[in-house]
Amino acid sequence: MTQETAARRHAPGRGRGLPARLLANPATALSLAFLFLVTLVVFGGEPLAPRDPNHSSLHDILVGPGGDYPLGTDGAGRDVLSRLLVATRISVLAALLALAVALLLGVAGGMLAGYYGGWFDTVSTWLTSLVMSLPAIVVLLAARAVLGPSVWLSMAIFGVILSPVFFRLVYSLVSSVREELYVDAARVSGLGDARILGRHILAVVRAPIIIQAAIVTSTAIAIQSGLEFLGLGDPSVPTWGSMLNEGFANIYRAPMLLLWPAVAIALTSVALAVLANTLRDELEGGARPAGGPQTAEDGPRETAHAPVRHRPEETGTGRELLSVRGLRVGYRTPAGVREVVHGIDLSVDRGEVHGLVGESGSGKTQTAFAVMGLLSRGGRVLAGSAVFEGNDLLAGGEADRARVRGRGIGYVPQEPMSNLDPSFTIGSQLVEPLRVCLGMDRRAARARALGLLERVGIPDPERTFSAYPHQVSGGMAQRVLIAGAVSTEPALLIADEPTTALDVTVQAEVLDLLRDLQQDLDMGVLLVTHNFGVVADLCDRVSVMRSGHIVESGPTREIFRDAEHPYTQSLLDSILDGGSARGPLAPTDRKDVDR
Amino acid sequence: MTEPLLDVRDVEVRYPGRGLRSKGFLALRGVSLDIREGETVGLVGESGSGKTTLGRAILGLAPVTSGSITYRGREISGLPRRQRRTLSDQIQVVFQDPYSSLNPSMTIEAILSEPLTVRGGAGREARDRIAELLDQVALPSDAGRRLPREFSGGQRQRIAIARALALEPRLIVCDEAVSALDLSNQKRILRLLTEIQEDSGVSYLFVSHDLAVVRHVSHRVAVMYRGEIVESGDGDTVTSDPEHPYTRRLLLAAPVPDPDLQARRRRERAALAARENHERTV
Repeated sequence: MTQETAARRHAPGRGRGLPARLLANPATALSLAFLFLVTLVVFGGEPLAPRDPNHSSLHDILVGPGGDYPLGTDGAGRDVLSRLLVATRISVLAALLALAVALLLGVAGGMLAGYYGGWFDTVSTWLTSLVMSLPAIVVLLAARAVLGPSVWLSMAIFGVILSPVFFRLVYSLVSSVREELYVDAARVSGLGDARILGRHILAVVRAPIIIQAAIVTSTAIAIQSGLEFLGLGDPSVPTWGSMLNEGFANIYRAPMLLLWPAVAIALTSVALAVLANTLRDELEGGARPAGGPQTAEDGPRETAHAPVRHRPEETGTGRELLSVRGLRVGYRTPAGVREVVHGIDLSVDRGEVHGLVGESGSGKTQTAFAVMGLLSRGGRVLAGSAVFEGNDLLAGGEADRARVRGRGIGYVPQEPMSNLDPSFTIGSQLVEPLRVCLGMDRRAARARALGLLERVGIPDPERTFSAYPHQVSGGMAQRVLIAGAVSTEPALLIADEPTTALDVTVQAEVLDLLRDLQQDLDMGVLLVTHNFGVVADLCDRVSVMRSGHIVESGPTREIFRDAEHPYTQSLLDSILDGGSARGPLAPTDRKDVDR
Repeated sequence: MTEPLLDVRDVEVRYPGRGLRSKGFLALRGVSLDIREGETVGLVGESGSGKTTLGRAILGLAPVTSGSITYRGREISGLPRRQRRTLSDQIQVVFQDPYSSLNPSMTIEAILSEPLTVRGGAGREARDRIAELLDQVALPSDAGRRLPREFSGGQRQRIAIARALALEPRLIVCDEAVSALDLSNQKRILRLLTEIQEDSGVSYLFVSHDLAVVRHVSHRVAVMYRGEIVESGDGDTVTSDPEHPYTRRLLLAAPVPDPDLQARRRRERAALAARENHERTV
């Protein structure tokens, strides 16, 4: 699923532009409007100030709002409105200074360290950890003591302290993108590093940086106001924090003084937080692909013809173990329910291996998942039944189905590694179902698990039992999963591409193992695969799926010998195995090589 | 006798390990291989055999610690980045994964124009070339304005091939180029690659784990196992009547799509395994 999440990360929804989508959310629209107002004040507010913000008039101390002073005056007789306008400019610009310093250090450092690695990586990571371990307030107090009271200086220093936020964000994104094949492809294309960083890497880190910037700016405003409120700022420079300080000093005589800077700080912080949230939703969560599996890619859609059935009289022999009738599976999408399996019939007899073949998107895995009740989110069975030993697996509650699944049906997945929990030993993962499903005690379950590991051909069962999944190879992990699947001696084994992730020599061994176990335990097997070699090796019967329909079904030999449906024929024609080799490079092919 | 297009001699690749005293991981142990003009050399092996590393070493993406790689007589291993970049119109690549080899946020046009801008093609000229490339890989001409996620796996692989062809290289490293594709798409892409070769005389190093695929496209085949080439030679011989025990094991392990042939192959494999076991114990 990495590519899917990658696509999600990189691709904001198309259609409407980002500004339009941001404005569609009322809270965000209000926030943006407020931030726009703040911006206007920052750049055009000073000339609007009716008076010099530092001019104190001893006749007008603590005058209430109205008249000459729209917002009144403070304890030194200074015009509050003028001070608020100028303070907005200074507070916001100082916060932006912190942001700029943090961005410059963090983004540049993170990109270089993540992309090049090496000594720069080591040094900058160490420095980042050092900076992160420093308590910000203490550093800022010390800086004020040494360098004097300046909101600009303290915010620049705070920017350095904040830079690890960006460094770590960018560093982790860049080091993961650097491994992407498209970056390799760009290098092979002859692009220089600067261009790769600009085109491929910056594009990935842009959205997270913007979101983080909104958060960091509001942090800077809060810290700055805190420092100034403590009275550590330059008294001649009005800021929101120093106005708070002033208001606090006169809180009993003129409580309104506290209100204006507090409102400014709170609203700016809230607006930034709301904006950051919406940006995150829009930039990172936008364009979420519709739920559900992919659909068939090329070729026309299959119309609902009845499947070609070889020897249909053989069904209903009384040996039927699993009988699927009229199964329809659909996924919820914004445009309604999309059906991916269009009413198929399928049966697996006792002791029979039934292959379900098809290309990606044909619905074969969805069919198997539906039978087991493992459809991914948004998916559900729309119609049909799947009768297993007299019980309909698709009716009834989840609890009933879970009981049948645990004892009667075993499952071997495609990716062995992702189906073992990395934080538990292999042994404990094998023992648990034995204890839960079969009610064995600890000792018996352990003995049984060791026996199973030996049975599936693991050379040193004791060691594998106490190993963690990452300590064994993919082939061994698949053997472990097979051991787990057959541990309850199920009557039916559902194997979803059980050898696709394995090397071909390991695949051969795993196929041998599956055949042995199937014969020993007389299991019915539903084998989902795209590989006709695997079908030829294991299956007694085959059903060929395409676009959610079964197009042909019959005994394996007959399907290989005389497939009737054109799709089956075209699939068999695409097989390269057993075809002729290309042969050596003929001299005529070599126009400019004379040998 | 002219010299080969690409000549790999005793190449060793060692990835640095963690920590000072770690010796690192030896991915290639003295590998030699040559590719002639217009030829496809198949490189087959299982995961961890070093086949991908050899491809990456030729592309300048893996650290060659000893040995030489010469292209048209010029040493190209260990070149500094700046000089390496001048080779971009000679050696190109098609990767396995058609999902992660295309930047999901760039349009097809931007992806295809990337190598062209390196050469300094002007806007008009580049656009004509892109149309030509899309036509060459049989994609609709309006594909340029769309994003990679709007295309299927097979179509994406065509885009990756078009990108590789943009600078008209003489050698393309195809790293598992069809492994992620469905059967029918796989065959179509292989046909496309062969046609391109017949038209342009480009050479391929075709890296794959699939013996059948390699047999289908390669003039010559080399088999890798644990960082070494254990067998190489004429494609038909290596893939149907191999000498090295590992190649034989590899050949017999691949299930054939015919129940009776496969049953026979299974017996042969069991016999070979029994013989090998016997030899080991004696």
